[in-house]
Amino acid sequence: MTERVVAYGHLTTRRALLAKGGLLMVGGIAWLASFLLLPGLILVLVAFLQRDPDGGITWAFSLDSFRQLFGITSSGLSAANLWIMLRSVALAVITTVVAVGIAYPMTFFIARAAPRKRLLWLSLVAIPLCTNLVIRTYAWKLLLSARLPPARLAAMLGWLEPGRDLLPSWSAVCIGMVSAALPFAVISLYPSIERLDRSLIEAAQDLYASPVRVFMQAILPQTLPGLSVAILLTFVPAMGMFVITDMLGGAKHWLIGNLIQHQFGQGRNVPYGAAMSLVLIALTLLGVYSSRRQAGRSAEVL
Amino acid sequence: MQTSTTSAPASEISLAVEHIRKSFGSVQVLDDISFDAHPGEFITLLGPSGCGKTTLLRIIAGLERADSGRIVLAGQPVDHLPANRRSVNTVFQSYALFPHLTVFENVAFGLRSRRVPQAEVNTRVHQNMEMVRIADLARRYPHQLSGGQKQRVALARALVNAPEVLLLDEPMSALDAKLRAEVQVELRRLQRSLRKTFVLVTHDQHEAMTVSDRIIVMNRGKIEQEGPTAEVYERPRTRFIAEFFGAANLIPARRSGDKRVTTAVGELSVRTTPPWESGTVAIHPEWIEITDTEPAENAVRAEVRDAIYRGDHVELLMEPGSLRVQVSPRLRAEPGATLWLCLPVERLEVLDD
Repeated sequence: MTERVVAYGHLTTRRALLAKGGLLMVGGIAWLASFLLLPGLILVLVAFLQRDPDGGITWAFSLDSFRQLFGITSSGLSAANLWIMLRSVALAVITTVVAVGIAYPMTFFIARAAPRKRLLWLSLVAIPLCTNLVIRTYAWKLLLSARLPPARLAAMLGWLEPGRDLLPSWSAVCIGMVSAALPFAVISLYPSIERLDRSLIEAAQDLYASPVRVFMQAILPQTLPGLSVAILLTFVPAMGMFVITDMLGGAKHWLIGNLIQHQFGQGRNVPYGAAMSLVLIALTLLGVYSSRRQAGRSAEVL
Repeated sequence: MQTSTTSAPASEISLAVEHIRKSFGSVQVLDDISFDAHPGEFITLLGPSGCGKTTLLRIIAGLERADSGRIVLAGQPVDHLPANRRSVNTVFQSYALFPHLTVFENVAFGLRSRRVPQAEVNTRVHQNMEMVRIADLARRYPHQLSGGQKQRVALARALVNAPEVLLLDEPMSALDAKLRAEVQVELRRLQRSLRKTFVLVTHDQHEAMTVSDRIIVMNRGKIEQEGPTAEVYERPRTRFIAEFFGAANLIPARRSGDKRVTTAVGELSVRTTPPWESGTVAIHPEWIEITDTEPAENAVRAEVRDAIYRGDHVELLMEPGSLRVQVSPRLRAEPGATLWLCLPVERLEVLDD
């Protein structure tokens, strides 16, 4: 154990290095343990307990919450919750596809602008992040009201009865979710698009590649790291979103996030909320895992 | 483009560059460049960085557009064709191998772009991998290769398409000196056996001399001199060529008569009468002879100021005239010694400028 090693230019021993490293990690470990691991365990525990009639918890093991969640009730099967879960996944996928789909070409545009303009565009993308999400969503609520151009245009095109707001509606929810996700998508795509090796594009052109082939073989593989971060940072928050659906949708547009919020709030059914949270976490991890595998398959080595 | 490679008759000229001009903003990087490349010829565009040689190569490849002028490939003007429709392939300086593809797939890339049937892809890729001796690397990825191996992959990837002209953009600049020397000889051999037109861009005059049939020396966007390798080296026409290409002795001179000049080292005979009143004559250090007795013509009595041992030769710095003379290490010339030098008339070049 007294073997001497050189680390970052210092002559030290392995044990001293481990001690030092451990010391540096104490803060992080303590934080994660007390604010992620512990609450997580409590969540798992609570999900398998019973609710008492006053909204508290009874210390008795029960699978009631999960039964209720999957629609198995005393009065028969109900698909309402499953439907909400499916809807949540679908909306998260749509949000991700639309947001990343808009962000990808947009980031190319920004990365290729002159340096000073690049900074301007990036700031414009980042500025919304300085505002609270509730305020931003409220702004959308105003923007989509009947007397303003978006609703008027929709009415003109026959998509909407004249004189009505564009909300509550699925399109309003989508607009809100996409605009909330867009800055994250652009910022996570930017590094890999900015560092793009142009010589690979030229090599592909030199080797007779069509524009589609140039994109698939010379551009996309280079941007996959940024793309997978962008997908992650869009999909995960979208799965748990409840503020936007609450404000731009209505009870008809509830997602799993709203359901959970309701159980911990007015619903006063903490075990049920905990069970739903577990399912949400599982669904999110599943989504992330499958997108990672997809990315891994299309780019074996990067 | 496929038809031009297969059905082109043995045309006299495989690549013609005609009056190419190019500016980036207010900087003119190419100023009226013209040259022809014959089938099977190895041409080198040689020049210092910023002389426009890489831009010219990119214009030939179609990766850059000329402001004016024409590029003719196997008799067909190609200026209107994008890079992916020209029968030229490039070996890039950075190699630009696709990191997510194996060596085999990298080499097969151009064939797959043109939807060549799988069986033919297999044979052609294997043939070319064997030719540059990378057949055993077929399943590796670029990040698992050494610099020299990457370079071979890049070469095979370009040659597998059987281009009319192969363009090489400083392909050896990333290799170490010993490997570079080996690769140069191999590249030359490969080009001779394929009888294909190669156009190489480099700033290394030794590399240019090793591989080329013909050297085109470029300076500030213009062709400074072009000709067979030995001719450009031995008969520099300008001060730039004489300095850039082998570091000749430059001796300030004044015309003193028919084929005669006066210099700091004395009165010298030259091959041609200089076009100027006062200018420069040049002689390579290895052409200056050391003699025991006074030579009959162009004799200089000079003193050794310094002797720099270079292993395979010794460089003597001599006065008057700050002459550099290259001699065999067997000749022991110590500083302080006074020797007779002969500057052979045949080897004394009158420079234009």
